[in-house]
Parts: sequence; structure tokens; C-alpha cells
Amino acid sequence: MRNETKLEEKTAKQDRAASKQAATWAKKDLLGLEYLTAGEIELILENAKSFKEVLGRPLRKVPSLRGKTVVNLFYEPSTRTRTSFELAAKRLSADVINIMKESSSIQKGETLVDTGRNLEALKIDIIVVRHGASGAAMMLSRAVDISVVNAGDGWHEHPTQALLDIFTLRQRLGSIKGVNVSIIGDIAHSRVARSNIWGLTKLGANVTVCAPKKLIPAAIEKMGVRVTSDVDDALKKADAINVLRMQFERDGESAFPSKMEYFKTFGITEERLKRAKKGIVVMHPGPINRGVEMSGEVADGTNSVILEQVTNGIAVRMAVLYLIAHARYNKR
Amino acid sequence: MIIKNGHIIDPANKRDGVFDILIKGGRIEKVERVIKAKDEDIVDADGKIVSPGLIDMHVHLREPGREDNETVASGTAAAAAGGITSVCAMPNTQPAMDSAANIKGLKRIIKKDALCNVFIIGAITLDRMGERLTDMEAMRGEGVTALSDDGDTIQDEVLMLNAFKSAKKNGLLLISHCEDKGISKNGVVNEGIIATKLGLRGIPREAEYGFVERDIRLAGKAGARLHIAHVSCKESVDIIRKAKKKGVAVTAETAPHYFSLDEDACVTYDTRAKMNPPLRSAEDVKAVKRGLRDGTIDAIASDHAPHGKHEKEIEFELAAFGIIGLETSLALAAAHLAGEEGFSWARLIELMSVNPARILGLGGKGRLSPGMDADITIIDPQRAWIYAKDSIKSKSKNSPFIGRRFKGKAETAIVGGRTRDGRYRRP
Repeated sequence: MRNETKLEEKTAKQDRAASKQAATWAKKDLLGLEYLTAGEIELILENAKSFKEVLGRPLRKVPSLRGKTVVNLFYEPSTRTRTSFELAAKRLSADVINIMKESSSIQKGETLVDTGRNLEALKIDIIVVRHGASGAAMMLSRAVDISVVNAGDGWHEHPTQALLDIFTLRQRLGSIKGVNVSIIGDIAHSRVARSNIWGLTKLGANVTVCAPKKLIPAAIEKMGVRVTSDVDDALKKADAINVLRMQFERDGESAFPSKMEYFKTFGITEERLKRAKKGIVVMHPGPINRGVEMSGEVADGTNSVILEQVTNGIAVRMAVLYLIAHARYNKR
Repeated sequence: MIIKNGHIIDPANKRDGVFDILIKGGRIEKVERVIKAKDEDIVDADGKIVSPGLIDMHVHLREPGREDNETVASGTAAAAAGGITSVCAMPNTQPAMDSAANIKGLKRIIKKDALCNVFIIGAITLDRMGERLTDMEAMRGEGVTALSDDGDTIQDEVLMLNAFKSAKKNGLLLISHCEDKGISKNGVVNEGIIATKLGLRGIPREAEYGFVERDIRLAGKAGARLHIAHVSCKESVDIIRKAKKKGVAVTAETAPHYFSLDEDACVTYDTRAKMNPPLRSAEDVKAVKRGLRDGTIDAIASDHAPHGKHEKEIEFELAAFGIIGLETSLALAAAHLAGEEGFSWARLIELMSVNPARILGLGGKGRLSPGMDADITIIDPQRAWIYAKDSIKSKSKNSPFIGRRFKGKAETAIVGGRTRDGRYRRP
């Protein structure tokens, strides 16, 4: 515990130094970590720390967003992310409305842009959008003057997931700079992977991606990552791993013969972890396929921070909503 | 009509200097240093380039079927505004141009509405489904200029070989949009770092050059002529260069966007940068330019593809492929090629008039000789202008070049001895 406190202090120091560089938030939207500076990422993480403290109080609510309205516009099913955003907004005293694909005019053929413009006309302040198409959040943000927070767009980005992963890592490891992080799983189709790559490399981590060759997208090394298809290689020097959910059927073909085969070749097991660094941090964005990308023992084991991630997710999303609601930017 | 004092660039006649042109009855009567005549309209072309009329051999006019996006009237008005005096209309209309009857119908519309010459490209297969060959002989009877299934490339090799055989028998040129759909699949941007960053499905270059290779081989086997549409990648250029060296009867075109933009134009998910083939890498742009310079690529064609807002202002992966290009193709060639080493206005005119006329077998066009059709483009190479949305003649506005400043513009397009853009009046 003492060790952890020390790390916390170290992190806090670095955070203070970083927040000096970017003391204010001036963006209308959060579309992806590609579009943020290291200073802006630090600013979110710093604010998240204060909000995590709020979550530890007996009365877990602050009035920061009182009078503001947040819409969760979800075109894809999601329990975790939507609940987390909803809780984050409610803890900030915002009014929250959830719009799901099946319960709106989306199915009647209204375009995303039209839906966004209608929400704007309804005097909403922030749209939190989850959509199956890459670039959907950016398209929506161009169409409206109100703020857009990307809660996952296709294979492109899932910035709040990466922010909460990095927040969790920092709480465990102190600084991110120079830390070795391996992202293991279906990199090609993962917005979590892309956002993590952007965020981690901007903060100075060494990132390795590991997947079957078919699931490594073209030229990804140009994003500043090391590429391997050998999971033991990915584990060898890693201070932390982020294990992605494996989806088998895509475009009607499977990238791997079977779940069992995948587990044997890429699955994270206690045996594999024994050969890795002792305090290796094991993350997973959820939901987990136990026995596919990771064994149940690892998911529940001492290295796992998976449930911490979930808690931290609320704090990070509170920080994002708070900063965006109070942003000063030039309206078009 | 007399066009006076213009700088004539007529590469086919190796003429490059100040001459007057007398036009009578829709044809060029004479080209001389000084022509004096009474009672003639005079077009003063002092300081302008006078070129044989530009020919765009790859245009989608959308009529019949999608008159909301473009019509023969609006598309040819756009062409005239861009200095283009002849266009080839691709057959992917609704219904497709796959029979003599459908072509007859389109010819009636053209006769009524067209502001420039429109040549019809017939389909290779019925309804462009890639299953059964069309009656090419009957379509030839209606005057089709060439054959193509456009974006619905024939995937079956045996059928493609038969198409070449039938085209040869009928003396028709076959134009191929080279795309192996088994490789391009549902891709929307060039495969590579940009696709990876954006999380969009990539289209490997092999989807294009694999079929360039295939079609050159099949055309050779059938002894038929082949024209390759919109070359976009380095490997395709290399393959065509090699084939030409061997003496294969292949010609090729590229579109202005493939030498003026690369895949970086897609980074904000701007659907106006979504085309097929996709915008490639900076290296490919260089290779395309090299191909244009050394004669590997014969022609510049716009692949003018009008799409309405509802097809473009949607999610990138769902948006339609293609951009409009008739009004910017000359300006883009001027901006990205004319000033570069190895290029000249004469070379541009070869690429945009002389060679298309030769490839399509348009005997009366592509040169300014007495007796030829009086299709003439007058270009002001110094004119600065902005491509403004409000000025677009096309019904659709899907262009990534809107708002761009250009230098060099077609001042007027004379089609069959008549100015069709209303810019010049009798003084």
C-alpha cells in the first residue's frame, strides 16, 4: 500500500507539471485521441483523478453540469459504456436521455446528421454517440454546433476507453513514459486498439501490437508500434497487456480456425503470465470471452485490473463531460 | 466565324504559334497567319491558347434514370463550361445502354438537349450484370463508340475473353474498369496507413493491377484493342508501360484526381474524397504523373460522377464513390502538370484531345485542319479563378476542389462551329 501511495505522489507531480502546459480545454468535441495533444490527455487524466475521489464519497454527486443535458445516442448495443456515460453524467448532475437504435426514428431511415440536427434543435448540450461506422462521430460533429463525444465509432476510435485504460495504468505504474504495453487480439477491427496506440505513444509508452497476421492492419507500424504475431514475444518485456475481445465471424469469414485454437495460440493463461514480468498489469475492455482471449483464472487473478478499469471509466467520463461542457471555443 | 490572334497549339499538325481560324458550316475552313473576311463573327483570342476541342472519354451523365443527379443537358453544360467539346457517356444508366433500343432513346435526348458532342459507350453484358453479352452488332448499328461495363467489371475470365472476341469482330474498342472484386471486396479507401488509421476497409492495389494484367493478357489472346480506365496505382502504370513496349494494342487514361490528390484527402472522412479506384499514396501520384509524361498513359478523363447530397452526406463507408470533374479537369491539369518539367500545354492537349480522338477513332476531331469538325477550346492560361459551389453547372456538387483557387481556365468551347456557353457574343 505504501508503495502505491508513493506512486500516486509521483504521478501527481508529473500530472501537475503536465497540466501547466495545457491548463484549459478548448475543444468542442472529443472524437479521438489522435486529435489530442499529450497535454490535453494529461488534463483529462488529472481531472479524472478529482472525480474518482468524488466516487469514493458517501454522496457521489457534484453540481458541475446542473442544467446541462446529455444524450446518449447509441446505434450499437452497449451496456458497459452507455451505463458508464449515464452514471458519469448523473454524478455531475446533468439530465440524461438515452436513445437506442431500436427506440427512435433511426429505423425509419433518418440519417445520423438529421438526428443530430434535431437533437441540437431540442437544445441538448452534449451528444455521446456510439455508431458502427468509422468516422460517424466526426461527421456528426461537423453537422452540429453542440458537443459530440465519441463513445466508439466503427473500428476507428473509442477514446474514453483508452483514457480509462491509461488512467488505470498510471495508477498502477506511475508514469506512462517508457512503459512497455502490449495490445493483444483483433487489432484490425478494434477501435480500442487504435485509441490506445494514439494515447500511449503520445505519452511516451512503447507499444507492441500482437495478433494473428490476418488481423494486423496494413502499415500499422507507421503508427509507431512494434508488431508481432507471437504472444510470448508480446508478453516478454511487457509491463502491461491490454487483451482485446475476439470476435470470430466478420464479413462471413473467420480469421482463425476455432476458439480453442485461438486460445491455445493467443490466449492469456497463468502459465504464460509466469514467464512474463512479475507485476504485469492485465487489462481488458470487456466483455470478456473467458477461455478464448484469456482464461478465467487470469481475468480474476491478482494481475487483473479489469474491474478497476470499470470504476475508473466513470471518473474519466466525468472528466471528459466536465471539460467539454466548460470548454471555451470559437463557435462557427 | 473567325478566331483571331489566338496562340494555336495543334500537336497533331505540329502547329504552335499565332494563327487565325476561319469556320464555315460547322467545319474548319482554313488556318492561316492572317484571315480577313467580311460579315463574320469575330472571336478575339489574343493572348489565349486555341486548342482542338477537349474530349473527355469517361463521363457519367446519369440520364436516363438518375435525372436528379445529372441530365444530358446539365452534364453537357458542365462540359462546355470546362472547355470540353465531346464527352463519352458511360452506360451505367437506368436502364443500362445495353441494347439498340435503349441507345436510340438516349440519342433522342442527346439530340434535343446536349450542348456538346455526346458519344455513347454501350454495355458489354446485359444490364451490366456480367452474365450474358449484349448484341454488339446491333449497338454498333446505333453508333456506339466503344464498350464497357463500367464499375461492374466482368469477373469471369471466360466471359471477358468472349467479350474481347465479340468486340474485335465488331471493330469496337473495349474499355475496362479494372477491379478484381474478390480482392477489393467492401473496401472504401486505399489499403495502407490511412485506411488503418481511419479504421476503414482497404482496397489493395492488387485489385486494380491484377486485372490490368488479366485484361492485357485476354485482349492479346483475342487480338482485340483494350483501353484501361482511370489508372490509379504505380503497378498498373508499370504493367501498361511494359505491355506497350511489347507492342500490345493497349491504351490508358487517368483522372485528374489521381495526379492531384492522394489518400491523405480522406483523413477527415470527407466523402468527396471517396472514389473508385481510391485515391492512392503520394508515390502512386508520382508514378501516374510519370506515366502521363512518358506516354504510358494516353489520356486524361474526368470520370465525372455526379451524386446527390443524400448519397454523399452520410457515413463514409456507406457513401457513393466518385466526384464530378468536367469543370475542373483542365484547371487541374494546368495546376498539376502544365508547369512541371516534361510537360507543356502541347502535351496536355495531346492528353485531352489528340489522343482521346485517336483512341476512340473520331476522325474529324483532335486536330485543327481544314475540313475537320469545328470543335475548338479557347483557354486563358493566365486567368485566375475560384471554383465556387454556386458556379457549378453540374446538378451535383460532389467535388473536393470546391473553394480552390486555380490559374488557367477554358474561356469558351466551340462545338461544331457554335459557342455553347454564351460567353462570346458578336462584337
